[in-house]
Amino acid sequence: MSAKATTKTTYQIPIGPIHPALKEPVKFEFEIDGERIVDVDVTLGHVHRAIEWTGMHRNPIQILYLAERICGICSYCHPMAFSLAVERIAGIEVPERANYLRVIHAELERICSHVLWAGVAAHEIGFDSVLFLTWQIREEALDLTEYLTGNRVTKAITMIGGVRRDITSDMLPRIKKSLDYLKDNFAKLKKVYLEDKTFKMRSQGCGILTKENALKLCACGPTTRASGVKKDVRLDQPYFAFDDLDFDYVTPDVLTGEVNGDVYDRIIVRLLEVRQSIDLIEQCIDKMPEGEIVSEPKLAKLLATLKKAKGEGIGRMEAPRGEVFHYVKLNENEYPYSWKVRAPTYSNILPWIPMLKGEQIADIPIVAASTDPCMSCTNRVAIIKEGNKYELNKEQLHRLSVEKTRRLMR
Amino acid sequence: MRFTMLPQVFSQLFKKPWTNKFPAKYIPSNTTEFLKEVKKGNAEINPPIETPPGFRGKIKYDKDKCIGCKLCIKVCPSGAIEFKPEEKKIKIYLARCTFCSQCNDICPVKCLSMSDEFLLADGNKYSKALIVE
Repeated sequence: MSAKATTKTTYQIPIGPIHPALKEPVKFEFEIDGERIVDVDVTLGHVHRAIEWTGMHRNPIQILYLAERICGICSYCHPMAFSLAVERIAGIEVPERANYLRVIHAELERICSHVLWAGVAAHEIGFDSVLFLTWQIREEALDLTEYLTGNRVTKAITMIGGVRRDITSDMLPRIKKSLDYLKDNFAKLKKVYLEDKTFKMRSQGCGILTKENALKLCACGPTTRASGVKKDVRLDQPYFAFDDLDFDYVTPDVLTGEVNGDVYDRIIVRLLEVRQSIDLIEQCIDKMPEGEIVSEPKLAKLLATLKKAKGEGIGRMEAPRGEVFHYVKLNENEYPYSWKVRAPTYSNILPWIPMLKGEQIADIPIVAASTDPCMSCTNRVAIIKEGNKYELNKEQLHRLSVEKTRRLMR
Repeated sequence: MRFTMLPQVFSQLFKKPWTNKFPAKYIPSNTTEFLKEVKKGNAEINPPIETPPGFRGKIKYDKDKCIGCKLCIKVCPSGAIEFKPEEKKIKIYLARCTFCSQCNDICPVKCLSMSDEFLLADGNKYSKALIVE
């Protein structure tokens, strides 16, 4: 019996919304040819939490703690971006010392986030001993966070017009000890991540995002910098005290002399940014002037000022994952009229498609994790009518956006 | 070195585990029974790592100092504080508390403060240990 000639067709693998390999709900539909990915579609919108709506029933000080809970890892940059927006509306001037303290906390969060990401990346390629080594080092950064803010994750350090806790001179030796520990271990981490054969084999030439695609799809943060795009809100539109500090864009060619835009380059960028953040914290501690840490220490008075404020403002910040954007409109009311959040992952979802096309099935986890996605921060809209979920096309979505903008402008 | 993680892994074999063994050195077969034994004084808890200064734990409330101004209720992000109108005092439900210490900051007479107590797990969210008044 002779074998019949079979025609090879592609087949589809749906992954998600709930899947053991995914940390958060997101749905992928892969078109697979053998082991190779031909096409991929991403569906979002499974974890809408109505945070913005909840915020419209709270006063700005309460929103700070709500914003902190948008994301567990970016628990500093969300309330900070919100307070930047509110400060812009109410014309609150932040004291110089508070600006430096804000930089310290922002960079400490970046260290925690990038080191956490490095551990997750090691886990995704099945290298769990590196995950434990990395997270052991992260523990020191978390201990420092706890020492400076009073808690490991939800820092509660933000206040409109400044920060809530000062760094006094007797705290400096403890900070220095932690920074030295991080610096010593940074060399170890760099050696493991950038020289180990396992990492090189799994990450070099995998999940490539070209510079053209990065620009076209508006990728942000370390994902775009790894493709050679020099984009960083800290340098492009300096906020806090970043204007006075000495640092530069981190692109992979700083270390290797070439830009490939693959997963390996994203590891390089994040690791070098950890080093840069340690540097920035040290610079801040040296340059920090004396003075107030908050513009209005009497909170009842601050609430009264915000109740009288009117106008709209934006807050932009370079979160560990990219640019975070908050839009706030106050309307001489106790509660804000509107609050919109755009988390960095939102811009880093479309780059997944060129990254994943042409890759192997086994590379899906590391490529997807390489943009450091945070799905529940990204979900901003869910339309549910009579218990059913609806999908909207581009025109309908555009019409709804126009209606919403008109409503806000009123 | 092509496998730079190998020496690290080998040296780890001879090191002590890094984590603090809490609440017992070896995992008890029944945690509830173990805690009962601890209460009786037959077993001992391996202590947790000390909290740093400025840690935000269970709220302490000085009832006599409180003037009933309701400012804490205004800033509490989770609505954990209830006002008792007949006494003009407050009642804090720790099951809802987010430990942000915003009420401590706004209190004009400083009758609220944060302790370093953090072992607050309880089966009943309205149990006596979780209500401060």
